[in-house]
Amino acid sequence: MQDMQIDDIVGDYEEINQSLSDGSSRKVLVTQQETDFPAGCLVVSQTDINGTITAANESFVTMSGYSLDEIIGSPHALLRHPDMPAAAFADLWQTLQAGNKWYGYVKNLRKDGGFYWVYATAIPNIREGVVQGYTSVRREPSKTKIEECKKLYREMLN
Amino acid sequence: MTYNLAVSPDFKPDLLSGWFIFNTWLQHQLDTGIHFEIHQGFDEQLEAIDADKVDIIYANPYDISRLVRDKGFIPVAKPHAKPDEAIVVTAAEGGINVIPDLDVSATIAKTHARDVDNIGMILLEPADITPQSAQTLECDTYICVAKALINGKADVGFMLTEAFNELSPLVAKQLKPLVSSQIQLIHHAILLGPQLAEHHDALAAFLTDMHNTEKGKKILDDLGISHWEPMDKEEAEFMIDLMDTLAPKE
Repeated sequence: MQDMQIDDIVGDYEEINQSLSDGSSRKVLVTQQETDFPAGCLVVSQTDINGTITAANESFVTMSGYSLDEIIGSPHALLRHPDMPAAAFADLWQTLQAGNKWYGYVKNLRKDGGFYWVYATAIPNIREGVVQGYTSVRREPSKTKIEECKKLYREMLN
Repeated sequence: MTYNLAVSPDFKPDLLSGWFIFNTWLQHQLDTGIHFEIHQGFDEQLEAIDADKVDIIYANPYDISRLVRDKGFIPVAKPHAKPDEAIVVTAAEGGINVIPDLDVSATIAKTHARDVDNIGMILLEPADITPQSAQTLECDTYICVAKALINGKADVGFMLTEAFNELSPLVAKQLKPLVSSQIQLIHHAILLGPQLAEHHDALAAFLTDMHNTEKGKKILDDLGISHWEPMDKEEAEFMIDLMDTLAPKE
């Protein structure tokens, strides 16, 4: 996956070399700028079995800061924020690969280096008994739950 | 042989004559007898679906799941640029102004439209409200939801956004929208029962060409639809996956 580009970043940033689950790494540029989740906005995406995005709605474009052309064909890890513990995503993949629905609170990384918190649900897309990909819906999270998760994720990263 | 046409019972009463005229048009196109069966509510329509008494249907997103996966219905067409969204409303004179004002045990007025219910519950998540924590007041129609709010019997109500926008000014001014969903990807669709599968291609062609004839355009205008777009099985499957994703946590 491509490194993030300095020209896209808004504000002061920290450069972090992020290790991804497939063994590759990516340079991410992170700011402390939070984007509030607009009320009623539901971010929808679908990926293939490898996590490559095959469909997304307008709300995905709005919240991620990427164009639809940049999103389609990219790995979902495009949004992965370094403050998210790897164990959270390991749980996501284990749950989905077992054919179950996953719920969780996620801090996502925007193209401009900022972030936004979501409450996410993901399910496996099963066609004739075979998992063909995954569908995910992200929406505005409860603020109390986010405070709990910030503490939990910090502990998991330490 | 006469077949049965059903329409998801979330259309406004003004459109009833439009659906009758659509049914007449459909019979002419397919050269077969079709009876327009009016169901009084979502439960009655689900019973008809379960009893295999529906052959052609203009279905809401939630029912599409059961029809396609359990009953073998085939997607035919969807209305252009007419996504289904849900809205959470409250009484205009009440003290609730934003979702976080709500208590976790808030009373919700809702119909049996499961797609609208599921999206509505998601819109209440920022207030930590769950299906288990909330109280519910079941209503047959969106007008009943509006009345429950106006009469103070519920704190909030769930409605199809299109239905809310079609309320009379007298009713609408007594309500206050709190939040409306922006999903953009779910919509009603016309489905054909497996017993009519041989008519699929012809019906898809008739529907997608409907707006090109004077008579067809008039019928569509009366239904508030600009034109039909073809819809394939994979698009229906995507929408079904999306509806599964939106279902509340058990």
